[in-house]
Amino acid sequence: MSAIVEAEGLTRQFTVRDGARRRRVLAVDDLTTRISAGEAVGYIGANGAGKSTTIKMLTGILVPTSGTVTTCGLRPVKDRRRLAREVGVVFGQRSQLWWDLPVRESFRILAAIHTLSAAAERARTEELVERLELAGFLAVPVRQLSLGQRMRAEVAAALLHSPRLVILDEPTIGLDVLSKQRLREFLVAERRAHGTTLLLTTHDMGDVERLCDRVLLIDHGRLVYDGDLAGLSRTAGAERVLTVDLTAPSADLTGIPAARHLSSEANGLRQRLAFDAESTTAARVFAAVAERAEVVDFTVEEPDIEDVVRRIYAARR
Amino acid sequence: MRTTVRVYWRLLRAGFQRQSAYRLAALGGLVANTTFGLLKVAVLFATVRAAGGSLAGYDVGRMGTYVWISQAMLGSVNLHGRTDIAERIKDGRVAVDFLRPLDVQAAEITTEVGRSLFALIPRGLPMIAIGAVVGMAAPESAAAYPLGVLSVLLGIVISSATAYLVGVAGFWLVETRGLQVCYMVVSGFLAGLFVPIQLFPRWLLLVAHASPFPSMMMYPIEILSGRVGLAGALALLGAQLAWLAGVGGLGQALTRAGRRHLEVQGG
Repeated sequence: MSAIVEAEGLTRQFTVRDGARRRRVLAVDDLTTRISAGEAVGYIGANGAGKSTTIKMLTGILVPTSGTVTTCGLRPVKDRRRLAREVGVVFGQRSQLWWDLPVRESFRILAAIHTLSAAAERARTEELVERLELAGFLAVPVRQLSLGQRMRAEVAAALLHSPRLVILDEPTIGLDVLSKQRLREFLVAERRAHGTTLLLTTHDMGDVERLCDRVLLIDHGRLVYDGDLAGLSRTAGAERVLTVDLTAPSADLTGIPAARHLSSEANGLRQRLAFDAESTTAARVFAAVAERAEVVDFTVEEPDIEDVVRRIYAARR
Repeated sequence: MRTTVRVYWRLLRAGFQRQSAYRLAALGGLVANTTFGLLKVAVLFATVRAAGGSLAGYDVGRMGTYVWISQAMLGSVNLHGRTDIAERIKDGRVAVDFLRPLDVQAAEITTEVGRSLFALIPRGLPMIAIGAVVGMAAPESAAAYPLGVLSVLLGIVISSATAYLVGVAGFWLVETRGLQVCYMVVSGFLAGLFVPIQLFPRWLLLVAHASPFPSMMMYPIEILSGRVGLAGALALLGAQLAWLAGVGGLGQALTRAGRRHLEVQGG
């Protein structure tokens, strides 16, 4: 498959003023990766890990300190204007709509900027208006929109020119559950319909779980994991948790092979056991519990990705 | 080429429409412009009369033209140095500008000029109407009108392109307010907003002519008031084009160099 993004040794330094002194900070440090056409990649990491800086280098906004990057076969800084026709970017915290104009007018200006034909403009606008449910506020000035409405309009604005690569920088930040859900559904449908490549930075693990088939984890500018989500949990040695409700108060269920007693509630009526998915199975742990007490109900929690990320970070300190 | 024209036409209209959203501000500007126009009339007419009816080529009629055209252009010519791009560089929104398949400088100036052109309607035309009533001289040659209008447009574009330079200084400076205030103090004075620059002492007149500011406001007024003839008008238009090329070229160079300095951190 053809590469949409190819980065090699990509590095960016910033000068930070620290009182009177100046410090050099490596925002992105020697990043080498490749994203193929049609992939959906989640780019995760803590605040200040270097996610946004990477995106700005991929799109030609920032000039790398060293290393090379090719996006859609173009050199981002040199071919910035050509690349802008291939890429659509949504910055969750920055608007690309015209604040004091109606939403519809922003779309018209963007269509002109991207030199869409009148027919293409109409067809694409209609498609996006319908799928993102924008019809109710097309005539409203952007400054009067709710955050959820504005984000949908932002996504439509970024996708109006049908870019091959869509980059979303924290697109669901501040959205309520329903708005998040709608936006994710739209992105899944858009990928299916147009084969769009998706690169997503987020703190919302729900975004990654529902949208991405590959995860890049970055810590202090360095790439520390590249693979699927399940693999990320395995790398971190994250544990699954079995919660059991028992018929009668019982002593703590310690000593079960390959499992660790976490907590007991209500005199041991409810107990939680953690186990490593690599060394045992939920069934085996459950069977061992059932030998010692009568179980009414149980649940198995998968590892929380935020917890996984925390573990990976902690292991690197 | 045709598509390029279409894009920038859209941006021009967008600027125009944006400005039209602020009607109350336009009304406020109109009131201020009128008040200061009448004040200028009182002071400058008295000065001309005290000088014996003519001063540096201005009689009362031409001085009237000077006052009302300078007031009419005040809402459209950027003599305050504040720009949208300065804000966007400061808070990082400029990232979005670089995501568009456009020349950042040309797009910004086009949008600003669109806003300025709108301002001519609520703030410019009424001043001309008041001037027509209160009294202002017309140029002798009919050719002065189209040349004068062209010169007004060039003045607006030059002022946007020069204020843009203040804005992009933000690529290097954390805060451009100091520079903007300097621009505001110097530009209005040297552009001939308060008194025609011909009333300046000679050394100050030379300073003014060595700056782009007179080409923003004084030159169009000289053409429209008939203080200069046809040949003079063409010479002033030539000087305007030269200033536009100068500040425009400098803006291109600064934008290119500034990108390497751009540090959009966080968010």
